[in-house]
Amino acid sequence: MMKTTNPLKEENVPLVEINNLKKSFGSNQVLKGFNLKLYPNENVVILGKSGSGKSVLIKCLVGLNDIDEGEVKVIGRSIPDMERDELDIIRSEVGFLFQGSALYDSMTVRENLLFPLRRHPERMKGQNEDELVLSALRSVGLEHTLELMPAELSGGMKRRIALARMLILKPKIILYDEPTSGLDPITSNEIIKLMFSIQKELNTASLIITHDMDCARVISSRIIVLQDGINYAEGTYDDLSRSEDPKVKAFFKEIQIF
Amino acid sequence: MEFPKSLYDFFEEVGELSRFAGRFFQVAFSRPFESKELIKQCYIIGYKSLFLVAVTGFIMGLVLTLQVRPTMVEFGAVAYMPRMIGISMVREIGPMITALICAGKIGSSIGAELGSMKVTEQIDAMEVSGTNPFKYLVVTRVWAAILMLPLLTFVADAVGLFGSYLIESSKGSVSFYQYYNYVFSSLVFGDIIPATLKTFFFGFAIGIVGCYKGYTSNKGTEGVGKAANSAVVTASLLLFIIDFIAVMVADIFWEI
Repeated sequence: MMKTTNPLKEENVPLVEINNLKKSFGSNQVLKGFNLKLYPNENVVILGKSGSGKSVLIKCLVGLNDIDEGEVKVIGRSIPDMERDELDIIRSEVGFLFQGSALYDSMTVRENLLFPLRRHPERMKGQNEDELVLSALRSVGLEHTLELMPAELSGGMKRRIALARMLILKPKIILYDEPTSGLDPITSNEIIKLMFSIQKELNTASLIITHDMDCARVISSRIIVLQDGINYAEGTYDDLSRSEDPKVKAFFKEIQIF
Repeated sequence: MEFPKSLYDFFEEVGELSRFAGRFFQVAFSRPFESKELIKQCYIIGYKSLFLVAVTGFIMGLVLTLQVRPTMVEFGAVAYMPRMIGISMVREIGPMITALICAGKIGSSIGAELGSMKVTEQIDAMEVSGTNPFKYLVVTRVWAAILMLPLLTFVADAVGLFGSYLIESSKGSVSFYQYYNYVFSSLVFGDIIPATLKTFFFGFAIGIVGCYKGYTSNKGTEGVGKAANSAVVTASLLLFIIDFIAVMVADIFWEI
């Protein structure tokens, strides 16, 4: 029998690997050869203008978007080559926080959290489902919302419930699509703190798409600037904040109206 | 000669809808069956439409009898009233009125619900949580519509005939038992079987069109409104086409 190695046990093996990724929508080529390696315990922030393909990029990682060319590997497995069943197993290792939270409107908070759990009963590990739901809600400080409907929650609460729904499967990789967009600074800070505590608790690797430079400064181990469909610049927050390149500088400078 | 764009769009839409329906048949009979969601949808589509369907059926029975009775009296054929109303309710009015009401109520609500789920990325969230959203959302709703339409039609027929009996009994001296006896003695399998079979197709058309419009709606709230609206228009049009085909086919087998 062939001996296989678990890529997660090797520190230098990336959890996410993207090589020369190309993706078009009609005649509009959004990604023109993007590359990325995300290692365990790393928080990589992707910066880019609206419409630059950031959301498309992370959707390619979980098979929500097909790719035109290139290689996308998650936990050592090639996403485009996978059958649905196999893809679902990999997806259970990847948490995805959607920009608008994407809570199921017709379900209560409890049912929202139970939904992924019941699809992956192997993740319960003998624990009671209600205990797991409560524990996930407790971790975001919203255990009192158990029987509420999403329409009864504020934007910040929805985002935290979406975090709890993502955490219930204890993923190894988390993809955040603009986690603080549309939130006030106080709620944004709470979300950033939660992102920190999640990483500490679960030792996750995160890929974060954000325009929030405070979020990028606080949370990033590395920043990649996605411009014209390629890795335009890459480095730590401090490196990039000192860049003289006007396209990079544009993300860091203060707003000047006049 | 250049092919007109509107015609091209129409055929493209027909092709996409057919492909969507094909996808339904590919997964409709395979595991896992989302039975809880199916029961929930049967409740929403069936039980929650019951009142509307029953009231409309009742009024149709009353109105049809009131409108037709004077002519039948004029021709001295008032004794044929129960037969005439029975056959027209069971063959055509019951199934068609029920289907049109459901196209308006269910088709638009499915279109709007799935459209808004698509816009707010709930369908994507379902996909990444290891659920096949097509099976969970589309297959359950289409099956529920297929199963519930015949039952709703049965209710509309029964309540419509009762409405007709109320008019008949107020104008003449027919008893409840006599009236229903006249109705059922005039109905044959050729009336009941094609009329029942076509309601399954009506249910399928309403479910698949509502789901298709919602599932493929464009991003944005405008897309949600359009999905709901075009679900009703397309489904209603399709119902008349199916009805015509059903009557033609029934004519071959039963010689109406």
